[in-house]
Amino acid sequence: MNATVRVSVVALFCLAAAACAKKQEVKPAPPPEAAPPTAPATTEGAFTPADLQTNACLRTRVIYFDFDKSDIQSQFDNIVACHAKYLRDRPMARMTIEGNTDERGTREYNLGLGERRGNALASALEAAGASADQIKVVSYGEERPVCREHNEGCWHQNRRDNIVYTAE
Amino acid sequence: MRTVMRTPRLLVAILFMLCAAVCANVAAAQGLTLQIVNGVPSAIPITVVPFGQQGSGPAAPVDVAQIVGMDLARCGKFRTLPNSEIVQSPTTGAQIKFATWQQLKQDYIVVGSASYDGGVLKVDYQLWDVNKQQMLLQNTVARQGSDLRRAGHEIADQIYQKIIGVRGAFDTRIAYVTMVGLGDHAQYALVVADSDGYNPQTVVRSHEALLSPTWSPDGKEVAYVSFESGNSAIYIQNIATGARRLVSSRPGINGAPRFSPDGKRLAVSLSFQGNPEIYVMDLGSGALTRLTHNLSIDTEPSWSPDGQSIIFTSDRSGKPQLYEIPAGGGSPQRITFQGQYNADVSVDYDGKKLAMVQGNGNVYRIAVMDRSTGGQEIFVSPGNLDDSPSWAPNASMLLYAATEGPRGVLYSVSADGRVRQRLVLSDGDVREPAWGPYRTP
Repeated sequence: MNATVRVSVVALFCLAAAACAKKQEVKPAPPPEAAPPTAPATTEGAFTPADLQTNACLRTRVIYFDFDKSDIQSQFDNIVACHAKYLRDRPMARMTIEGNTDERGTREYNLGLGERRGNALASALEAAGASADQIKVVSYGEERPVCREHNEGCWHQNRRDNIVYTAE
Repeated sequence: MRTVMRTPRLLVAILFMLCAAVCANVAAAQGLTLQIVNGVPSAIPITVVPFGQQGSGPAAPVDVAQIVGMDLARCGKFRTLPNSEIVQSPTTGAQIKFATWQQLKQDYIVVGSASYDGGVLKVDYQLWDVNKQQMLLQNTVARQGSDLRRAGHEIADQIYQKIIGVRGAFDTRIAYVTMVGLGDHAQYALVVADSDGYNPQTVVRSHEALLSPTWSPDGKEVAYVSFESGNSAIYIQNIATGARRLVSSRPGINGAPRFSPDGKRLAVSLSFQGNPEIYVMDLGSGALTRLTHNLSIDTEPSWSPDGQSIIFTSDRSGKPQLYEIPAGGGSPQRITFQGQYNADVSVDYDGKKLAMVQGNGNVYRIAVMDRSTGGQEIFVSPGNLDDSPSWAPNASMLLYAATEGPRGVLYSVSADGRVRQRLVLSDGDVREPAWGPYRTP
């Protein structure tokens, strides 16, 4: 490796680090589709399975949490409302909520924390009229990260509930 | 500027090609390599002279003297003379020129010779006190088949016991979990290996997460958590036969198994009654006794050596801390008060030293709390994302998992934290080490 290449490698890592740092600043807000202005929670008429593909709110299947927290942030209220309405409109629909954590802390404790996050969303859906037997909660703890860097930008993406419809 | 921008793009391509090559090599490289990270000047100086050969048979396929030397060096209590400084090669006590080794400031010297005949490795060795010019040990060790390296660990154990006065724990095994690939291509394995990381043997493979391996007290079985069914479930598996049984797949979490010291019960954390609680399962009948009753996360139970109490992690006070409860049920008492986050305890053989994950801010390290000195704590790992502490059966060393860059690696560390050695799987992620019990010869 000559000096130029070595400098370039360093430059590459610096670029990568800079990119990550930048991402970190922007990241705390969840992906833009999380708060779609065109998705009123109380749509007239009943949802159909087709809406799962076309309705911007129903297409959002992930909510995020603060570190070591499991309360549903108010910015996700509309997500909870539209999925609760779907479950109300479609009594045969079934959903699995997958609770996840970031990598900090122990694996077994994080299984508990992931379950707590899953239960928090299940409770919110039930409070909004969904039936308990429509919802199953599975915790994966820190075992299913979507991002593997060791920084807050990445950890934020991993502290999440995923909504998976098992029957539409 | 243009060339600077173009070069990284070329480099990115090269790096991707390198990554692809590394991935293709995943199956090829399965060994563990060892590195001494830190040394202790005050450790006992000992020379293990390379062993001579007996008879006219083939050379032994393992370097027994090297195994002995590595074992003694990594426990932190000894400092071995590097081979480059070993100027004479005695193989029996009669050949030792004590003045030479006194000049090299050695306290002890080990000499020996090996034969390898019909697949049987036989080693005769002697341990001498250099200053007293006195023989302390003379023994013959024999091994065959896939167990040749055990000859070295056995000799190291005998030397350790003679000099330190405590049973050695080198001839033991460890269990850990490996992961290669990402997402849908992830491949998990539960592996059992010698205490120095050699002779890895895959016990279980899965495309879903495996976690929390733990040994039965007789060393014949491991209990672990598997997500292969889509949710956590606890299995117990016989290492030699591969036979396994499902012990819990209730709704919710089935986690954190730990065998009782008599091997008849399994402490677990289950959430089928609403949230994670500590239970004790009778392995004969399957009957469950619930020990904890509250809305917090109660998990990671670990038995006291007498089986009378269980120490576990609970966040009932807000953040995770360690609590102790009688194994038959009763009132839990909080036992950790230093650090914001204390979890995943490993209790040593006499119940005095508790190793745990201690988190402060974003730094998670292994802390050892000595209950015999009023709860004094020392850190034995540097952080930042260290977890899964596990004592050797004689508490001379600990294993733990650390994160280095993109992957997990295992370390062994002396109980005082002064000598660390990395056990590196050459590919993928290694995690959740569990040190097994003493082995019967």
